[in-house]
Amino acid sequence: MAKPDTPKSFQEIILRLMSYWASKGCAVLQPYDMEVGAGTFHPATTLRALGDRPWAAAYVQPSRRPTDGRYGENPNRLQHYYQYQVLIKPSPPDLQELYLGSLAAIGIDLDLHDIRFVEDDWESPTLGAWGLGWEVWCDGMEVSQFTYFQQVGGHDCKPVSGELTYGLERLAMYVLGIDHVMDMPYNDPSAPIALSYGDVFRQTEQEYSRWNFDQADTAMLLQHFEDAEAECGRILAAEERDDAGRAIIMAHPAYDQCIKASHLFNLLDARGVISVTERQAYIGRVRTLAKACADAFVRTEAGGAVA
Amino acid sequence: MPDLLIELFSEEIPARMQARARADLQKLITDGVVEAGLTYASAGAFSTPRRLVLAVEGLTAHSPTLREERKGPRTDAPEKALEGFLRSTGLAKEQLEIRDDKKGQVYFATLEKPGRPATEIVSEVLERAIRTFPWPKSMRWGAGTLRWVRPLHSILAILSDEAGATIVPLEIDGITATDTSRGHRFMAPEPFRVIGFENYARQLKVAKVVLDPQERADTIWHDAEQMAFAKGWEVVEDKGLLAEVAGLVEWPVVLMGEIDAEFLTLPPEVLQTSMREHQKFFSVRNPKTGRIEGFVTVANRETADEGATILAGNQKVLSARLSDAKFFWENDQRLIAGKGLEGMAAGLDAVTFHNKLGSVGDQVRRIEALSREIAPLVGADPELAAQAARVAKADLRSEMVYEFPELQGVMGRYYAKSTTLPDPVADAVRDHYAPLGPSDAVPSEPVSVAVALAEKIDKLTGFWAIDEKPTGSKDPFALRRAALGVIRLVLENGLKLSLTELFAAAQPDADQADLLVFFHDRLKVFLKDQGIRYDVIDAVLAMPGSDDLARVVKRAEALSETLKTEDGANLLQGFKRANNILTQAEEKDGVEYSFGADVKFAETEEEKVLFKALDAAEARIDPAMQAQDFGAAMAAMASLRGPIDAFFEAVQINADNAVLRRNRLNMLSRIRQICLSVADLTRLEG
Repeated sequence: MAKPDTPKSFQEIILRLMSYWASKGCAVLQPYDMEVGAGTFHPATTLRALGDRPWAAAYVQPSRRPTDGRYGENPNRLQHYYQYQVLIKPSPPDLQELYLGSLAAIGIDLDLHDIRFVEDDWESPTLGAWGLGWEVWCDGMEVSQFTYFQQVGGHDCKPVSGELTYGLERLAMYVLGIDHVMDMPYNDPSAPIALSYGDVFRQTEQEYSRWNFDQADTAMLLQHFEDAEAECGRILAAEERDDAGRAIIMAHPAYDQCIKASHLFNLLDARGVISVTERQAYIGRVRTLAKACADAFVRTEAGGAVA
Repeated sequence: MPDLLIELFSEEIPARMQARARADLQKLITDGVVEAGLTYASAGAFSTPRRLVLAVEGLTAHSPTLREERKGPRTDAPEKALEGFLRSTGLAKEQLEIRDDKKGQVYFATLEKPGRPATEIVSEVLERAIRTFPWPKSMRWGAGTLRWVRPLHSILAILSDEAGATIVPLEIDGITATDTSRGHRFMAPEPFRVIGFENYARQLKVAKVVLDPQERADTIWHDAEQMAFAKGWEVVEDKGLLAEVAGLVEWPVVLMGEIDAEFLTLPPEVLQTSMREHQKFFSVRNPKTGRIEGFVTVANRETADEGATILAGNQKVLSARLSDAKFFWENDQRLIAGKGLEGMAAGLDAVTFHNKLGSVGDQVRRIEALSREIAPLVGADPELAAQAARVAKADLRSEMVYEFPELQGVMGRYYAKSTTLPDPVADAVRDHYAPLGPSDAVPSEPVSVAVALAEKIDKLTGFWAIDEKPTGSKDPFALRRAALGVIRLVLENGLKLSLTELFAAAQPDADQADLLVFFHDRLKVFLKDQGIRYDVIDAVLAMPGSDDLARVVKRAEALSETLKTEDGANLLQGFKRANNILTQAEEKDGVEYSFGADVKFAETEEEKVLFKALDAAEARIDPAMQAQDFGAAMAAMASLRGPIDAFFEAVQINADNAVLRRNRLNMLSRIRQICLSVADLTRLEG
């Protein structure tokens, strides 16, 4: 295997992943334009893992976890970060080798490092989804999640999708040898205008940390949660044919509302207004939406329904 | 006699599942081939993260031909009967044999079931084993329907003898059995052909795979100890971790590093837990300082830089983890310096214990009240016990325990010690969960004992009050463990307590009688393990005061000992005889003979002797029972053996003289009464 030189910046790692997975035949998609907690929420994963139509996609997904905000001070924790996500259906037999190739592509010398697949079963109670797989360790550090989806939205996955999730900041810090995320070069350090991760994100981390923890209007967020939930149900309950007689099931617009509800719940959680018992109830409400969206999607063409 | 070799090659099998999988594979295959008529000399199963392997030696090449003889109709039976017989046996009339029978001549058929070759049998048995393998969790992959623990890639299945190896024909969901295997994923990925088990294991080793998990574990432990020894250090033993790590690597390479000095101030439990749970590192102690100062990690490969990059990477991850731990430790201490451990405990009102039993804060208040009640009974200062109970759960609100739940109690003790709380309180914070398992030590310090008892009794009575008792194998709140904990706390500290009084003090709504039965069941299991028979325990539990466990056990031990003596065993027979005769007479006569016998009606010398003996025994038993000296009481009871035996020998109970008979029955009644005052001997077997 040719040993590529070490990348110089955060963005170079992303670019190399993009071109690697493009070369392996994935459609390189763009991030979903909504606030999500993880790359899995992108409909290119959640919905496309359903049904029997083959699929291969790779994309970066900006992700938000309000409770992880540390005002930009913690070397590893951020309330806004990036995940790199690959989903291939059906999972190819050489997915592990393909994955290892991607590590080599971003400059990890597989002859010098110790790569390990350590049991880690994945479950998303909010998506009604689970799968089996591993966390991948490089010299003792978790660099990716590797999952074979078994169920999504309460539906058995047939065929099974293979999902790879890379935590980009952590992986890049490791490859670039950086100890504090804010010190990581975002673009080429020798560029005329060299920018660090901190130059791009330190201020926003502070602003969002304050808003997430102290300022977000909880009464309004609760109302928005209720609204999203209601709208999701209303969309799915609509007549299948529109006024012009076209049969259109609106699985994606409904799923947008499910994504919204999920993120609103995360914000409410960060504001500390959800008790332990209520927590389960909220998660259950989001899961109900996710299942309803999955039920709708499998009745669409992309979901494998025979026209 | 061929040997069988099977290798199921897959993506990484979770370490914790490998031991069970080895045993299951061996059982499924060997049971299957034996059931099909083959025999074998020996079998052994092995595993690595990527393969599950079975080697069977000395398998028979064919199953034996089976002959079965069937008796048919008589030769003079109607034609229809013969036709039916021919149909059912599939033979022609000429193939039948005619033999003489008692009632005339009869047709006999001899059916021959030819033996089958081992390849065919193994193929079927292996396919069934793969399709029904009992993985704790299995999955599908790709577009297939086969289930395995992780995607199954290839199957090696060969039967080999002097003539060479034969591939067992098998195709399962697109995977065809072959005679090839592969080595280490990174160091020797090329496929190679295999002709037998020894050849397989040898080639694997060349291809950087150690097949035997025990050999990998031994290598790891040996190398780790050597490396530590060279530095004057010692590896902290951890058998569970060793087995797990051996299941994570095919080619173990041991690397040792030092923990950054800035983290050495962390409690050793924090270092050990963080390293073990997050990174599967062994802890290494410096005996000169007594501290954990190093770590051992096990890589899965050799590298050109002799592991330098791998070690540096691991070291960096460890530093990041320990930075977090140090941050939690310092934050927690800062918080406690500000508002004390009780201030930290205040947050427990926001944590749900159980939706019907309120918050952890409520739980703590109940435990505090109960600790205060229990304290004087176990020799503890009630104020100290109450104080310990108030802060016992405070560390559940600490950042450290949020990150490492298994450090609950341990951290609480450190945090308590960092304040002005007295040592017995700090120790009780750590020890109030104990004992957790059967091998866990039982606290003996009175304050710890009081709070540990209170915590468990509160939990048990609480869940009893809301009717959430364990059923069958379901015990989600670990109530059996809690009850066993109470039993061990009471017994090992020799505490004299009335459990029912404690139940009442803890939770008036709980069904005390039912909970006591639950305790008795646990106690039976516990005493059984100590060699005391069930019926002995039953005989004792039937007596009053069975909620005083120490008394129950003393009595059971005394009874158990007594029954081991010749006098005791014979006395039991005497008692049973007396009891049987008496019960029958009482049933027959419809009266109860409990008026007391009178010595003036004693006719024989043996009767008079027994009278004296009963008087003497009673005089000894009553005060001994008062003093709970069960040994003395039982000895006195056993001393009746001679007089009772002699009495039965010489005297006919059911005498013709009604006065004599009544007197003798009343005598038996005294025997019964005296014996039953010691234990319910009617419950004893034998």
